[in-house]
Amino acid sequence: MIVRLMGEGQFEVDDDLRARLDALDDDVARAVEAGDERALWSGLQELAEAVRSGGAKLADEDLRPSDAIIPPEDLSLDEARELLTNEGFIPDIEGDAA
Amino acid sequence: MPGLMGRLTLIVKAKFSKALDKAENPNETLDYSYEEQLRQLQNVKRGIADVTTAKKRLEIQYTGMQQQVEKLDGQARDALKANREDLAREALTRKAAVQAQLDGIMQQGQQLEAQQQKLIEGEKTLSAKVEAFRTQKEVIKAQYSAAEAQVRIGEAATGIGEQMADVGLAVQRAKDKTEQMQARASAIDELTTSGALDDLTSSGDDIDRQLSQISQGSQVDDELAKMKAELGPGEAPQQIEGETK
Repeated sequence: MIVRLMGEGQFEVDDDLRARLDALDDDVARAVEAGDERALWSGLQELAEAVRSGGAKLADEDLRPSDAIIPPEDLSLDEARELLTNEGFIPDIEGDAA
Repeated sequence: MPGLMGRLTLIVKAKFSKALDKAENPNETLDYSYEEQLRQLQNVKRGIADVTTAKKRLEIQYTGMQQQVEKLDGQARDALKANREDLAREALTRKAAVQAQLDGIMQQGQQLEAQQQKLIEGEKTLSAKVEAFRTQKEVIKAQYSAAEAQVRIGEAATGIGEQMADVGLAVQRAKDKTEQMQARASAIDELTTSGALDDLTSSGDDIDRQLSQISQGSQVDDELAKMKAELGPGEAPQQIEGETK
């Protein structure tokens, strides 16, 4: 499957990695609930590391969409909360998407 | 409750799969999508240019603020020489406050630098994808049935939309960062009463004014003493408080 690390690019990883990514994702969500920014960052770092070490970077010209998208590693607690509660996190780039 | 990754994936997908629904004529959709992509690419480029400009402006401000620190340091010394410990303390207090803001700006500047690098790379990837889409749309037009074309367009457009979201977010975050830095810079302006530095004869700054009064005062004393000495061996000057040289 294809995973995007925001701010870094897309990676093709083995489908088996899915379960591990989901587990790490749950940890990250718990860190946000607990208001623990350090745990949030280390969780995001682990997610990114799992993708980097287990995957190959996609060519820039590849047009395939990702199956999973991972937020930037330095996401703040506020940004994470915004992401979980509304859609304002992803800015509109004027007009409808292509 | 979905995690961050799950949530983000959902949001991006929802945002960029709209184009699929209204496509009637695949060829038209392809051309329209491409025009749209070019337009958005321009927006992204403009966003990156804005961040670069804001960052340059902050760098210039930073140099000015460093001069303020040196100036406050010099003022503290002058005040001490003039036996005005109260003024010296005030100058040093302001210096510490300015320095703290400067350190914060410096740290944010380093983060911005890293973000800017990612922005440039993200924009490069986006350009490459848009260019790939341009080539692929001709292939799709020529070789696929309408139904097949629909699926391929949907995929490619979503893939590009995702990259747009990625760079768009990076631009947004970089802008937020420059705004935070600007807020710190204005705090410094308030601390040092802006303008005092550019205009050396300025009377706007309290410390400046008091120090210049002191130096004027001691000049008068010096002159007075000189006159007295010229006029004759009367009383020797003894009450020159601000004597420094």
